[in-house]
Order: sequence, then C-alpha cells, then structure tokens
Amino acid sequence: MSSSTNFLLAIEDLTVSFDGFKAVDSLSLYVDRNELRVIIGPNGAGKTTVLDLICGKTKATSGSIKFKDTEMVGMPEYQIVRTGIGRKFQTPSIYENLTVFENLELSYPTGRSVWGCLGFRRSEEVIERIHAVADSVFLKELLEVEGAFLSHGQKQWLEIGMLLMQDPELLMLDEPVAGMSPAEREQTALLLNRISADRSILIIEHDMEFVQRIAHKVTVLHLGKILAEGSMADIQHNERVQEVYLGH
Amino acid sequence: MNKFYKNILGGKAGIIGLAILAVLLLVVLPSSLQIFRLNLVGKYLTYAFVSVGLVLLWGNAGVLSLGQGIFFGLGGYCMAMFLKLEASDPITTKIQSTPGIPDFMDWNQLTALPAIWVPFKSLPFSLFAVVAVPALLAFILGSAMFKRRVGGVYFSVITQAFALILSLGIDGNQGLTGGRNGITDLRTLWGWDIRSESAQYVLYFVCCLLLIGCILVGRFVVSSRMGRLLLAMKDREDRVLFSGYDVASFKVFVYCLSAAMCGIGGALFVLQVGFISPSLVGIVPSIEMVIFAAVGGKMSLLGAVYGTLAVNTGKSLFSENFPQLWLFLMGGLFIAVVMFFPNGLAGLWESARARLSRLSPRSGAAKKIIPMPAMPQASNLVETEPKLP
Repeated sequence: MSSSTNFLLAIEDLTVSFDGFKAVDSLSLYVDRNELRVIIGPNGAGKTTVLDLICGKTKATSGSIKFKDTEMVGMPEYQIVRTGIGRKFQTPSIYENLTVFENLELSYPTGRSVWGCLGFRRSEEVIERIHAVADSVFLKELLEVEGAFLSHGQKQWLEIGMLLMQDPELLMLDEPVAGMSPAEREQTALLLNRISADRSILIIEHDMEFVQRIAHKVTVLHLGKILAEGSMADIQHNERVQEVYLGH
Repeated sequence: MNKFYKNILGGKAGIIGLAILAVLLLVVLPSSLQIFRLNLVGKYLTYAFVSVGLVLLWGNAGVLSLGQGIFFGLGGYCMAMFLKLEASDPITTKIQSTPGIPDFMDWNQLTALPAIWVPFKSLPFSLFAVVAVPALLAFILGSAMFKRRVGGVYFSVITQAFALILSLGIDGNQGLTGGRNGITDLRTLWGWDIRSESAQYVLYFVCCLLLIGCILVGRFVVSSRMGRLLLAMKDREDRVLFSGYDVASFKVFVYCLSAAMCGIGGALFVLQVGFISPSLVGIVPSIEMVIFAAVGGKMSLLGAVYGTLAVNTGKSLFSENFPQLWLFLMGGLFIAVVMFFPNGLAGLWESARARLSRLSPRSGAAKKIIPMPAMPQASNLVETEPKLP
C-alpha cells in the first residue's frame, strides 16, 4: 500500500481547537508520492480545515505536518507554498481584473520578492510555459480575456492552471468540480488523472460518482477524525461510513 | 529603450498626457502667472507628491493611509532643520544668550544644540534624511502592521492616530522642534537666498521636475509585475499569499515609496513657503491630502496632480471670499466625488474621451472586442489530449 516511511506528506496527531471545539481531532494522515487522495465526509467534518492547516491558513493547536520530511507547522504561508504545496480554494479565487494570461503569469514561481517583481521580465520561457499550462486547462483560446468574463467552470480550471504554473509536488483542491456541467466534469476528471502522474493530489469532493472516477484512495472524515480509509469499494461497503454519510 | 517607451512613458497616450502636464506646469503657468501666484502653485504641487504617493498606496495597493501628513511633515522638518541652522550662525544670533543655536531654543533656555540636530548641519545628510527618515518610519510602522495582518479600516485609523501623536509630539517639545509655531524665518540654502524672486522661480521648476520624476517612478512600478500583483492583492489577497508571495512585504514597499515621495514634497514645501509647523502634520492635512487624490482619481498618477491643483485653487479662491464656507464645501466635494465620480477627474476625462471616440468616424477601430470561442467538447478532448508542461 504505502512506500515505507518515505511519504510525501505525513500528518501526525494533528489537532486544532476553536474555543474548545475540536474541528480536527488527533488526525493522522499519510499521502504517498504521485497519489491521488480524496477526502470525503459530511458537512462540518473538518475537511476544509485540514487543507487550511496544511497550507498554514489555520494554525494547528498541536501535532505535526511533515512535507518532504520538513515540518510545516509554524512556517509562514508563502514559505509553505515555496516548498511545493499548492492550494485551490472552494470558491474559485482568480484575479477578476486581470487577463487569463496575467493570472497565470503572476503564478509563475520566479520574481516573488519585491525586487524580483520590479525586475521581472516576460521571457520566452515564461510565455511558453503560460501557453502550455493554458492549453492543459482548456483555456488556450481565452488568454486575453479578463478573469471576470470566464464561466464558473473556466474559473475553476484557471485556478488549477495557476497552481500548475507553480509546479507543486502536492496539489490540494477543495471541491474542484462544484458548479461544473457534466461535460466540464468529464474534462476535469481527465485533467486530474493526467496531472497526478507526476505529483500528489489531495482533493475534497462531494460528488461520489466523480470520486469514483479519480480516487486512488479515499479518506472519510467525521467530526474531525478519520472514520475510514481505503479504496472506494472498501469505503462504499463500510457500515459505519454508510451510517454517517452515504446513507443520507 | 522600447520597454522604457511602452512601460514608463506609457506609450503614445501616456506621453501625450505627460507632455500636456509638463507644458502646463513648465510653460503655461510660469508665463501667465505673477510670481506670488506661481509660488502658490508651487506650494500646491508639493501636496501633489503626497497625492501621487496615495495613488500608488491607496489606488493600486488598496491601503488607505490617513496619516500621510506624518511623512510630509518629517521631510519638511528635515529640510527646515538644515535651513534653520544655516540661518542661526553666531553673528546673526549674537544677541541671544547662547549664540549659534536656533532662536526658539534660546527662548526655551537651551544652551547647546541637541544631538539630534547636529547631523543637520550637513546639506547632503539633510537631503538624504528628507527621503530616508519618512521611508524608515514607514518601514517600521508598515512592518509592524502589515506583518500582523492589520489592514483596511484598522490601518487607516492607526495611521491617523500616528499623525495625531506626531503633531502633538512636535507641538509639545518646543525647545527641540519650535513647538506650535514650527520652524520659521528660514533664509538661505548654502548662501543662496531662497526668498528672492529668482530663487522662487528656480525652486518652482525644481519642484515640477521632481514631481514628474515621481510620476515616472510611479508608472514604472504600476507597469511592472508589481503593478499587476498589487491589483491581484486588492482582489484576492489570499490567492496571492498562497501563490508564494509575502504579501506584507509588498505593502511595506509601497508604503515606504509613498512616504519617500511625501518627504520630498514636504522638503519642497519648506523651500518654497519658508516655514514648517505641526499644523501641516496632523489629521486634518492628512485627510485633505486624501481628498486631493480622490478628486483627481485614485488610480491616476496624472489625475492626482490635477486633483491637487483643482482643490487647492478652489480653496484659495473660496476661502478668500467665503472663509466660513470652505470646510463645508470641501466635505461636500469629497462626498460627491465618492458617490458620483469614484474615478475622479481622471474618470470624467476617460468617459469624455470614450464619448468623443464614439462620435468620431473612425470609431469602428476604437475598441476591439475579443470573441469568446465556444467551449471545447469533452469528446474531442480525448483525442487531442494536450501535453502537460
């Protein structure tokens, strides 16, 4: 199942409490290299909080998050990103006033300091990469369109594209197909399968049909704890999971 | 060179806009106004440095500082300290009980020059301090606030509090700062009489050229990747943060840059007007300066200059005739701009130009509309699966 101790992401005994309420409760989770893991669970199970904790948006109360054997807890958010963790938000977060091209360009991982930004030049290499990524997220034709004019699904793709620009080793996606048409879901499933070939992906998703199509392994969260973990088939036949979640 | 033309000068439209401003400031006004009025314009232009800084800080970075008077004042005081020391040579001040120190110190029973004043005997140091002291304070304040994620209204209120603290601090330390009267009776700069008519002309032109320099610096920042990043930060700060940018450091940078511009403005104010006092540092002038930028259009560097000139000219004309009404008019103006012309004069200019180009016969080429291509279908995607980078 797992490749010994060499996990890309190792979360151990992670707890966060908001005024005594434990949104995540001594959680341990391990993600392999090149694995596509899906986290499911009922509302309020702590799924989004887990992603927030990993990317540093929420500070952990206790526990450890090791990425490539480096402790992430306590590191500033932008440092966590620079070590190779990319995060997509639940509502598409793109820059509405900038074009698709500029959105992708700002995500290019050089010139991220003040002086680097002032001296940044749009080199051939940058332009090529923007075109390649735009191509892979189906936005090749829309490079000069402002973000505000994209459809909801296209915004979701653009944000995934912005993450791909950073070439992260771990990609975390919060409900990437929410609000997408069936055709768009189809394309997104292809996209995710393709990009998981050389990186790990952690996805929160509600759509079971979609989960079945993409997941290598599924983790079920309930009340901040792991209820079950395994293949989609295992999960579907797990009685406790059916009780709290699938049965509804 | 091409990049300089396109980004810093802003292409053809940018050059025309800048040229119009330059001709107005450097040719039209000096040749049509008496020196008294021109000197007033020069004074207004020193506020325009603050407005240009606010366009960067407020318009582009979305951070509203209500305490820019702090930096204007600091720049002014740095300049005034040098001029005051030069005006207080032992021969001129021989009737004082301690000759050779500024008169107000003597009145406050000081018998030696305070240590903080000593470096300001040097003109190069003073000129350096005009830029560096405001920038350094902005760095300290900005780092303290932005690194702790203080933003929005909280930031504005804190900057306002600092403006009050600084003006009260200057007011209360009469021996050190000249107190409420400020530093007055400034005469010469390295022996050059700044009160003479010829000096006022020279200083006016220096002021205009430095202002245009600041506008060019502003354009460079706005047209670089930094400019796009600031817009992105205004829109989705979290997304920028989680794209690996240290958001706070960018805010600190723009805050420092705007503070340095304020400092230059303050120094030129002192040189042209001949005094500085805490009344130029506190809350009221700081808010007035925001109004100048708002009237000009908070996204427009050139608009900031026109807004400053327009409001101040209005203030002069009005307060000469109806001194009691001016404050009400000023408040009303600000409300009107915020409610009806959120993009200020620059916005009015843009919409007037758009209307003109629609009326002109060549309007067909005026705006290129980008066609939205149809969505690719999932079925044909499988065959033409694109390669990943």
